Amino acid sequence: MNIIVCIKQVPNTTEVRLDPNTGTLIRDGVPSIINPDDKAGLEAALRLKDEHGGKVILVSMGPLQADVALREGLAMGADEAYLISDRLFGGADTWATSSTIASAIRKIGNFDLIITGRQAIDGDTAQVGPQIAEHLGIANISYAEDIKIEGNSVIVKRQYEDRYHILKSKLPCLITALAEMNVPRYMKPGGIMDAYENKEIKIFTRQNLDIEDENIGLKGSPTRVLKSFTKQVKGKGIVVSLNAAESADWIVEILKEKFIL
Amino acid sequence: MNKQECSGVFVFIEQVEQKVAGVSFELIGKGKELAVELNTDLIAVLMGYNVEGIADDLAYHGAEQVIMINDPALETYMTEPYVKAMTAVVNKYKPEIVLFGATAIGRDMAPRVSARVHTGLTADCTKLEVQEDTKDLLMTRPAFGGNIMATIRCPEHRPQMATVRPGVMQKYTAAEKIPCKVDRLEVPDLADSKNVEILEILKKVSEKMDIKDARILISGGRGMGSAENFALLEDLAEVLGGTVAASRAAVDAGWQEKDSQVGQTGNTVRPNLYIACGISGAIQHLAGMEESDIIIAINKDETAPIFEIADFGVIGDASKIVPMLTQAIKAQRK
Repeated sequence: MNIIVCIKQVPNTTEVRLDPNTGTLIRDGVPSIINPDDKAGLEAALRLKDEHGGKVILVSMGPLQADVALREGLAMGADEAYLISDRLFGGADTWATSSTIASAIRKIGNFDLIITGRQAIDGDTAQVGPQIAEHLGIANISYAEDIKIEGNSVIVKRQYEDRYHILKSKLPCLITALAEMNVPRYMKPGGIMDAYENKEIKIFTRQNLDIEDENIGLKGSPTRVLKSFTKQVKGKGIVVSLNAAESADWIVEILKEKFIL
Repeated sequence: MNKQECSGVFVFIEQVEQKVAGVSFELIGKGKELAVELNTDLIAVLMGYNVEGIADDLAYHGAEQVIMINDPALETYMTEPYVKAMTAVVNKYKPEIVLFGATAIGRDMAPRVSARVHTGLTADCTKLEVQEDTKDLLMTRPAFGGNIMATIRCPEHRPQMATVRPGVMQKYTAAEKIPCKVDRLEVPDLADSKNVEILEILKKVSEKMDIKDARILISGGRGMGSAENFALLEDLAEVLGGTVAASRAAVDAGWQEKDSQVGQTGNTVRPNLYIACGISGAIQHLAGMEESDIIIAINKDETAPIFEIADFGVIGDASKIVPMLTQAIKAQRK
């Protein structure tokens, strides 16, 4: 049972603050982490490996610094790690990202299952997982809350807004994991040593992949960012400080004025 | 797909057990506006099984043309048959724009359709407009946990595809049913395309109204102090005909169910009235409710960010003020 887990190194967006003077993002000093949905996907893969044996293979695409995220994954118990990294891959949208990752996965080959996170907390698109599956021509199951292996199939609890579907698919297939699926394990002290001293992170550059130039990087991206900006906050309204009874009466007056009462 | 030969604004109509998702009506409303600006048609794409009756529903919400794929293989949502059917629609009709709701279905299906027809897809948009000179669709969406907004274009590829966040576009409701033309489309081999089997469907039990559909929301946060105090919000919601919602802090504390959570990781809501009780207003929360028509905030901390976006703010203890407000409203009603 070989499981490929795709992980992304992301800035911890919950720690991002806005500069009150300029209204711009303060990115300095914001720690990088393994994207939470991806980390849950890795934990799910490690549990399947614990139960059924086999290998967990990490794949990440990003700058060379993403090495840290892969080492963390190795220290948690993954067996191998690949980093897809080349300037030529820069500026990729989800289409070009997914076609690049799919070509790397084809190169690695010999997998039974691919697990990605549902979405990354910096982009929130939830598109790359299903698009990798599309490029590889395999089934995908999104929004997984539970994954089991049964023979040559996976059984997945798939979340919707008001329900779950329990789905069964033949392997190979791709599953996108939700962070609420599990609590990821910590790195093992021995694992950290091993990850840094004995394990090698294999780098895929442009030259290592069989992919057309028109399908990578900015050039291979159908979408373009026209501009980005910090959100305009709505103007401040009226704020009062009254005792509780007066406050209640004040709100009643507003509701009458706005025809709610 | 060649840019010049593409026309029409197509909206995927999401239905589960013949019930149309609210976001689909919102997309018809927005799609009509875009179609007028682009001097083209709005076309609703309805797929499912035994969905003939839904076309009338769509007409009430402004759809004049419907493409319907009625097939037993589409009875319950599954990725591949739906992707195959939608791809067939795109290849046959060559739309200029295709919109999906950014739901658990739309966000699964749209990425595969866009990859299959080789075009761009912009996720979770909160604003759509037509660029004046190019007539391209400008798709604006939050990123970085709602901290920044990005405007995206798809200059060369067609169709221009987007998923749109529920609750941000305005529904259109016609005074009466408008005439609506329904084209039936047969897509061969949908049943054979199934690559996943549904073993079981488990419904989450909830008797509450969906907070995304509520016109009045009474929302509580950490400042309510306890699960018991949420009963005070229920009382207020009852006299106002509203629904109780919550911030992430209140959900994490176990005081409310996850389905009532407002914010970046919960639901985006746009009610007529949003009363925030004991909610400080983390940026992730504000991202989910700031489009509400009227926002009233009650909070002990005068520096709470919620006051920056509230139309009306009261500095005070929500657990004391809310019951008095409920009484005062009851008194008005007598």
